[in-house]
Amino acid sequence: MTPGRRLAATVNGAELSLAGADPSTNALDWLRAQGLTGAKEGCAEGECGACAVMVARPDGGSGTEWTALNACLMPAAALDGQEVVTAEGLGTPERLHPVQREMAVRGGSQCGYCTPGFVCAMAAEYYRDGRTATRDDSAAAGHPHGHACGPNGFELEALSGNLCRCTGYRPIRDAAFALGEPVAYDPFANRRTGPPPAAAATRLEGPTGTYARPAHLGEALDLLAAHPDAVLVAGSTDWGVDVNLRGARAPFVIGIDRLPELRHLVVGDDVVEIGGALSLTEVARGLAGRVPLLDQLFPQFASRLIRNGATVGGNLGTASPIGDLPPALLALEASVVLAGPGGEREVALADYFTGYRRTLRRPDELVRAVRIPVPLSGTTAFHKITKRRFDDISSVAVAFALDVVDGVVRRARIGLGGVAATPIRAYATEAALEGQPWTVSAVRAAAEVLQGEGTPLDDHRASADYRSAVLGGALLRLHGESTVHPAAEAVADRGVQA
Amino acid sequence: MTALSDRPTDPIVGQAIPHESAALHVTGAALYTDDLTVRTHGILHAHPVQAPHAHARVTRLHTAPALEVPGVVRVLTAADVPGVNDAGVKQDEPLFPSEVMFFGHAVCWVLAETLESARLGALAVEVDYEPLPSIVTVREAIAAESFQGGRPTIARGDVDAAFAGAEHVFSGELDLAGQEHFYLETHCSLAHVDEGGQVFVQSSTQHPSETQEIVAHVLGLASHAVTVQCLRMGGGFGGKEMQPHGFAAIAALGAVLTGRPVRLRLTRSQDLTMTGKRHGFHVQWRATFDGSGAIRALDATLTSDGGWSLDLSEPVLARALCHVDNAYWIPNLRVNGRIALTHKTSQTAFRGFGGPQGMLVIEDVIGRCAPRLGIDAAELRRRNFYAEGQHTPYGQLVRHPERAVRCWEQVLTTGEVAARSAQIAAYNASHEHTKRALAVTPVKFGISFNFTAFNQAGALVHVYKDGSVLISHGGTEMGQGLHTKMLQVAATALGLPLALVRLAPTRTDKVPNTSATAASSGADLNGAAVRNACEQILGRLRAVASARLGVDDEDVLFEDGVVRAAGGDEQVAWAQLVSEAYHQRVQLWAAGFYRTEGLHWDSRTMHGSPFKYFSYGAAASEVEVDGFTGAYRLRRVDIVHDVGDSLSPLVDLGQVEGGFVQGAGWLTLEDLRWDESSTPARGRLATASASTYKLPSLSEMPEVFNVALLERAAEDGVVYGSKAVGEPPLMLAISVREALRQAAAAFGPSGTSVDLASPATPEAVFWAVRQARGGGQPPHTTPLVDGGVGLVPEQPDPAAPPLEPRSEQLVSGSGG
Repeated sequence: MTPGRRLAATVNGAELSLAGADPSTNALDWLRAQGLTGAKEGCAEGECGACAVMVARPDGGSGTEWTALNACLMPAAALDGQEVVTAEGLGTPERLHPVQREMAVRGGSQCGYCTPGFVCAMAAEYYRDGRTATRDDSAAAGHPHGHACGPNGFELEALSGNLCRCTGYRPIRDAAFALGEPVAYDPFANRRTGPPPAAAATRLEGPTGTYARPAHLGEALDLLAAHPDAVLVAGSTDWGVDVNLRGARAPFVIGIDRLPELRHLVVGDDVVEIGGALSLTEVARGLAGRVPLLDQLFPQFASRLIRNGATVGGNLGTASPIGDLPPALLALEASVVLAGPGGEREVALADYFTGYRRTLRRPDELVRAVRIPVPLSGTTAFHKITKRRFDDISSVAVAFALDVVDGVVRRARIGLGGVAATPIRAYATEAALEGQPWTVSAVRAAAEVLQGEGTPLDDHRASADYRSAVLGGALLRLHGESTVHPAAEAVADRGVQA
Repeated sequence: MTALSDRPTDPIVGQAIPHESAALHVTGAALYTDDLTVRTHGILHAHPVQAPHAHARVTRLHTAPALEVPGVVRVLTAADVPGVNDAGVKQDEPLFPSEVMFFGHAVCWVLAETLESARLGALAVEVDYEPLPSIVTVREAIAAESFQGGRPTIARGDVDAAFAGAEHVFSGELDLAGQEHFYLETHCSLAHVDEGGQVFVQSSTQHPSETQEIVAHVLGLASHAVTVQCLRMGGGFGGKEMQPHGFAAIAALGAVLTGRPVRLRLTRSQDLTMTGKRHGFHVQWRATFDGSGAIRALDATLTSDGGWSLDLSEPVLARALCHVDNAYWIPNLRVNGRIALTHKTSQTAFRGFGGPQGMLVIEDVIGRCAPRLGIDAAELRRRNFYAEGQHTPYGQLVRHPERAVRCWEQVLTTGEVAARSAQIAAYNASHEHTKRALAVTPVKFGISFNFTAFNQAGALVHVYKDGSVLISHGGTEMGQGLHTKMLQVAATALGLPLALVRLAPTRTDKVPNTSATAASSGADLNGAAVRNACEQILGRLRAVASARLGVDDEDVLFEDGVVRAAGGDEQVAWAQLVSEAYHQRVQLWAAGFYRTEGLHWDSRTMHGSPFKYFSYGAAASEVEVDGFTGAYRLRRVDIVHDVGDSLSPLVDLGQVEGGFVQGAGWLTLEDLRWDESSTPARGRLATASASTYKLPSLSEMPEVFNVALLERAAEDGVVYGSKAVGEPPLMLAISVREALRQAAAAFGPSGTSVDLASPATPEAVFWAVRQARGGGQPPHTTPLVDGGVGLVPEQPDPAAPPLEPRSEQLVSGSGG
């Protein structure tokens, strides 16, 4: 950072100093301390969205995307040089923003506590580039959640990270689906055509430690070498929870979210390389459907609010056995590119996880990228078993990537989450499938094997018996879905609805 | 004076207007208690020291190390309490306990300059515990005979005779789960000693008067020395009826002892681990039906999980017993109730207040028995509806039973239930791995507090010299739209446009001795009190106007801000009339009061007419279940609900929809898991965060959701003909659970009866599917017993104590 420049964020158009914030101060608490009490704390772990705000972020091109994020998870220091809009900045009681007006008149608020967060998440979707009105209901019908896309192109899933305990959501959905297009002089719409604020290199010293956001990879690796106990954060969607709920504090926090070396996405002839600091939303946008298995996964990965912050590198760095990405990347036979002081090395993801939240990554390394070999298998599916469809942690996750040629399984790769201390490959099931015909009886036999993979546990999410049972069922379901003609299924469905 | 239920023409009540704070909500301008923190100087933050045992004796509490932590100002302990060391109304909830009664129980509180300092100070406090044996589940409590409070019984007819030689006898058990309120705003209090020396507490409370009383008794002060204000709550749902008091008392005690404002806001995990929830119940039952499907007798024993203290467990249990009949005539009935004492949070009020648990019993019975009787479940329900002239088992005449029928028939028609049932049958015949089902269930819910004294309310209406109106009333706003309705009532009563009426935050120095805003009664009680105050003022103004207009009093009309004579041309503006009245020295404000007439209830015998009226509704829910995982979708819900003549249709619609989804969450998704192991974590809430305790999200909303308010439903004797709405719709969600049961059963042969665990999570449904396919008994359920004499529920010890008539009594009334 420039010496002498004070740390500050632009909030609702006004520059506010970040002086006095600690690295453990989250953006929500900081905003509220500035008197901007619209954003609320409902859970402090990115589950409820009451704290959601809009941040000006890159749109993948040269412009800006208003990106809704959980303020409770972001370090306040990470806002240095950023542009933030809260519910107060969108409109006032006398001059409501269109999103606010629809929410107010349709009964979208009852107690009102979750409302500012809903408004920010809804406004971000209102301004999403590519949200276009459609009269074609097939877009909605083809969506995994059926009813989840409005005639105005509003994806309901944009609100998947917001909880309301009062309304039952119907009026919120109606408000979202009633939104039109921004008017010509809408300042937030027009702001999108300019670039987002450049990522500021930052250093904030506070009572509990230091937050530093280096400008380049080399600087980040130097900091990591100097502070081997440093915590690496990007979206901070995991570390933020530890700080808020478990009182975790670190003497040194390194923000790697804006490192240019970690923010590329390359789709090559024999490999897809995804930068470690790209958010899942950015990855989904950048891949544009070119990795169908990931496309199935993304809507089921936490919530839009989380995906806007959470990164590929972070999901592999935390190495949770119930992380959503690893099973899919295992099935895709991905590898991890680790950058360290001596240069880079590439390790197969299947070898990367060494124990419960332990990996091959050394303390002086960071996840620079993930590589997925192409061509991809033809039959893929991601099954996430949860209590709730939006924003839940899986009891079991299964990712399939199969090559079925002339009715025979030529190649099978299966990644599993939630059945062991690490994400694992289902090697025995893969072997049981390969070379076998893609028939019910062969699939049944392989399902028996799949059911026995891993060592699932009993916990508050699910019983071990259930985890095993649904594992086997997942393969049967995949077989059923891949053999029944989808159109016939859809016709049957419409017949019943008629 | 007109009758309470009469409406003028073109009233403001009945208009579908948004929530009065909607514009503030959506812009973040609406203030909640904790939002005042940044506006308050010199504030201290409070943090608890939570015990890591389900049950233990505190053998040493050493607070000095906390004071070494920079920023820590004081540690509050029992020794600091000048008054009574108790946070409840029954002297069984020590504010600073010497015996830890649940995992997470706060043994002391640290005050510091910052929340971080307070947190670190709490970590520094040294506490030694002597662990004691603990009881965590209801079944453990039953085995250990660990009970608390009264053990009421509702009985009618000759149950034993009805079972002797009965045609069809079924029996079983049901374990139904509790529920966390998960109001988005956690508990919060902010206290200071004001410039007049008064203790002023801002609190997120549904019961400001009781919060005031408990703060006063903890501080050893009279009630007039304590004022409680509630700006608004970020949700309450019953969870802020009793639970805020102790937190308010901690904040107030800290403020008095330090002379500085004290803020206490629970984190989500603290809220989940320290505050009460909906009671889970264990139920033993047997029932008999005749050949036509008529229920002949029900014999049941309900044991609620009360947690560590009585709290509101007795009245919750009483309401559960009063709702076991739901909408059904049961000629012979014996329902016993008892309250388990377990080492858990003290379970408390939650939307429905025992009614949902009671109703779930009979709906579970019908849902399980219908396939065995060979009668469609919806048909079996309909055949057993109350008819005109019949009484509930506790002796209250069921007025307007035809409204239940009207709701039911309308929902069958508008929900196209017959046609869809045929489509579902066709779908199921052609789909091996997914099945659909549609279930219809009714609701009949009694409105009024069982505790008769609570059925009173006050209001204060000021008309200022410029004609503007300020109203205060005793109810609190938690999102249910009470303030919106009160503004509409006042504008209607005074014949004014809504813009002339403003509402002040709820404060105990404006309206004293209020009841909890609970039991769905907020609008009934406070609306009548507001109307009463307005009519007093109008009576005085009428005299002024009649003299000016030269007509009789009864010919003066107040409409839309204009006062005129009936049939005449002469008129005077409201503000002008008010000004003239002031100059004539006419009193322009009034205190209103209301008490519900005609209620009587004997809780010792569990007999009487405790309810002013019943609310009715019916819901038809269609689900689709995936046989591979038990995952399901709520495809369509149709509801017809009786809110009388609605005071505020947009508000009421929101209550019906929101209540339904909240009920569906309770029955399907929300999963409280307590550590039942014998490890040191025993008694710990395993789902103590938003990431582990899952509420319904947008993905759980019914894909098609049609709600209609019953037409031609004006209720006599209630303000402007309306009815209460807060709680009854929650129980319409039982239709979702029954639809899941039926869909699971559809994986098996026709006539399959399925035992479904509660909550019906995807996993629970998966095991029910497996049972239907012949794969054995689902875990966490007990098999239905068909025939014989059945499993006779445990009957109470004749020496067991009855409920006390004052089981809901206030602390002040019982002598403190």
